[in-house]
Amino acid sequence: MEKNPYILQMRHITKEFPGVRALDDVTLEVKTGTIHAICGENGAGKSTLMKVLSGVYPYGSYDGDILFSGEVMKFKNIKESENAGIAIIHQELTMIPELSITENIFMGNEITERGLIDWTAQRTKTKEMLSKVGLSLDPDTLIKHLGVGQQQMVEIAKALSKNVKLLILDEPTSALNETDSANLLALMKELKAGGMTCIMISHKLNEIADVSDAVTVIRDGKTVEDFEVEEGKVDEDRIIKAMVGRSIENRYPEHVSHPGEIIFEVDDWCVEDPDVEGRLVCKNSSFYVRAGEIVGFAGLMGAGRTELMRSIFGKNYGKYISGVIKIRGKEVKIDSVSSAIKHGIAYVPEDRKNLGLNLLDSVKTTVVSAFLKKITGMFLLDHAKEAEAAEEYRNSLQIKTASIDVGVSTLSGGNQQKVVLSKWMFTEPEILILDEPTRGIDVGAKYEIYKLINELADSGKAVVLVSSELPELLGMADRIYTIFEGSITGELSREEANQESLMKKMTITTAS
Amino acid sequence: MKYIKKVLGGDLRQYTMVLALVVLAVAFNIISGGRMLTSSNMQNLLSGNAYVLVLALGMLMVIVIGQIDLSVGSVAGFSGMVMAITARQFNLPWWVAVLIALVIGVAAGSIHGFFLSKLGIPGFITTLGGMMIFRGGVIWISRSISVPAPQELKWFGAGYLPEWGPKATGMNNSTLLLGLVIIAIFICMQLKKYKSASSLATEKEPLWPVVVRIILGTAIIGYFTWLFGSGREGTSFPIPGLILLILAVIYHTLTQHTSFGRHIYAVGGNKSAAALSGVNVSKTYFLTMVNMSFLAAVAGILFVGRSTAAGPADGTSWEMDAIASVFIGGASVAGGVGTIFATMVGGLVMAVLNNGLMLMGVGADRTQVIKGIVLLVAVAFDVYSKKGSSGFGFKKHSKKD
Repeated sequence: MEKNPYILQMRHITKEFPGVRALDDVTLEVKTGTIHAICGENGAGKSTLMKVLSGVYPYGSYDGDILFSGEVMKFKNIKESENAGIAIIHQELTMIPELSITENIFMGNEITERGLIDWTAQRTKTKEMLSKVGLSLDPDTLIKHLGVGQQQMVEIAKALSKNVKLLILDEPTSALNETDSANLLALMKELKAGGMTCIMISHKLNEIADVSDAVTVIRDGKTVEDFEVEEGKVDEDRIIKAMVGRSIENRYPEHVSHPGEIIFEVDDWCVEDPDVEGRLVCKNSSFYVRAGEIVGFAGLMGAGRTELMRSIFGKNYGKYISGVIKIRGKEVKIDSVSSAIKHGIAYVPEDRKNLGLNLLDSVKTTVVSAFLKKITGMFLLDHAKEAEAAEEYRNSLQIKTASIDVGVSTLSGGNQQKVVLSKWMFTEPEILILDEPTRGIDVGAKYEIYKLINELADSGKAVVLVSSELPELLGMADRIYTIFEGSITGELSREEANQESLMKKMTITTAS
Repeated sequence: MKYIKKVLGGDLRQYTMVLALVVLAVAFNIISGGRMLTSSNMQNLLSGNAYVLVLALGMLMVIVIGQIDLSVGSVAGFSGMVMAITARQFNLPWWVAVLIALVIGVAAGSIHGFFLSKLGIPGFITTLGGMMIFRGGVIWISRSISVPAPQELKWFGAGYLPEWGPKATGMNNSTLLLGLVIIAIFICMQLKKYKSASSLATEKEPLWPVVVRIILGTAIIGYFTWLFGSGREGTSFPIPGLILLILAVIYHTLTQHTSFGRHIYAVGGNKSAAALSGVNVSKTYFLTMVNMSFLAAVAGILFVGRSTAAGPADGTSWEMDAIASVFIGGASVAGGVGTIFATMVGGLVMAVLNNGLMLMGVGADRTQVIKGIVLLVAVAFDVYSKKGSSGFGFKKHSKKD
């Protein structure tokens, strides 16, 4: 048998979920001893592909073959893929903070002798693994005492301890600061020199350019580009074009905005990560919004869009460092969510189920929940007024529900989002911040929500639209800011903006 | 079945526990040879359990915000003891002593509230500390000896409404008046509800369910008026029962008809979503804990009044009865679910069990066993009937990929 140059071949992988084809005939071939980058927009299918590979979606639930070192693999679960030598380092770290490095590395895989753990052997092995990833730490150090960057390294050490042949890193640097990111990339190169194969899923073109030998671009569940590169010579434009290449269909209602004066301004906004000291999630961000204007915010996952918006909305996220908010030119002090609401700011969060709704509530109690004062008489709530308000929104927004007394948990995603929008429209805001308002909503409901957003702008409200879908921003926004790693890297008018120009600014550190 | 649904108003589930209560009471009445549903027994049952039900009112709110308060028995005992001691040793008038007891309740609640809301220590631990501190405190200040309480307090714990007017009614006229007032309020509320419902609805709401509801409600209230009012002379609907009734109405209003009530449910249902809707989560925590200890003090006063002395062991394990009442009433361990009405029904189930088993001559040991079984069965039944909507009382967390 000839020597197979590929360690991994995934051929014609198709994976369907009810109603969606998440992966459509994807082929991925990774050569032994290389660093292979996989790029794609959020929701393009990268994670699904990795789940197929690692056995999260077991053999039989997808079509196509997986060949590992030339042999067909039929993984039924993660354990089997791990045994074969495939390890995934996830975006969210999965270690137990209260346990030591040794305990974490051997979790579920303990070296035992007659039923008892052989601590000496484990410590020795841990020390060896740590030195492989360039850490000189005491193996008994607790995970919680390590920085995020070091934790990531330990996670890799853990994978190495299992004789891994193929290491998959899912957006490895999204939570790291620049120094830690650089260290990690250097480690990847070192591992490669030692013969290891790595797959790196990343949005950050500069990092891909730095380390990868080959690039595969996935869009809408299909492989669109697949090419090898010489080290340090990645054609960024080619990747960007491939990532966004879909045409914008007529999915957005026609709309002409009539922007008035500037009513909302944020100047030099700095916020620190609540978990990682010294890491700024917002760096000197400044922007403004006019009355009647829809302003888009583009940025990839983890760029700091949500963090910026939530910290503006009554300092609900992170540690406030500095910055000023002005409403109609007047500086205002907003220290709590309730004062933000009083100043006419509304925030529709991206995570509808965990942050937007109390799933135990009914439609009507949700609608009034952010502004109970409006239905409170001297002391008591006026239930008739509550029902009236809820019915009004139910009719005007066409919320499909049997009655306003029905629990919100029973509604569809689109209708839930309409209820959340009603809740915020009920507070009579001047500034509406919508964070991914159409996430997880079907196309028809999306169109209705777009129409509603346009109507809100036409009624003179300042609308901030945060979205990971570039077509959505291009179809809706009058002006678009791009965010990368906590900084606003660009501001483009509707005319200037296109997917390539946005993607460039969303993936490159220096504002150019 | 469809007609029953119309009369009771849609959600039948909340009536299953009421039905269980009725079945229990009737069954005990038959087994004990008619000794359950007598005037004197019912008066006794109500004044003997009012303090637990008062605790359950506050406990419902604590459980709705997703916490638990273990200290209520100790706080009740402590404030009752302080009241008895101040009245006796410093010769203060009884009402000053009562005020002091209430202030002590509020102070105890502020301590719990501070640790929970400002320091983020879970209520279970905070109030476990409170439970030890106040239990120790009550033994300490009383030197393990019972202290007699002012005579006037007996009215709170075991008093009756005054007798007046013609004897021709054949019952206590105060109770009769109370019953009539409640019936009048009930009819007014039903009519008002019907009016607002039909003004909103597109098609005309039928009138007959309202009429049936009014007749049924009047009959039930009338029966209890007669039951409580027709006892031996000098007895009536008991004062502690009246205090409980007033408090239940106040707390029902607070939880269902004020923004503070809404905040409690919002915080218990989804803390982060509540915070993003402008709810001051830590203030809601604080006030709920303060209120709980305030009601614990009220319970302590009622109990001392009834037993005419404050004992060092007063309040031992009352928290467990209060917590059981709330959960029998269908509240969720995860928070966000539960009502005052259902909690009162839950508490009455416990009370009727206690009372009925006593009438049957069952000892305290076996009564305890039976109460434990009833708690498990009731909660299991509730979880089973709600399955699919909320699982086993713990919220399912959507897993992120």
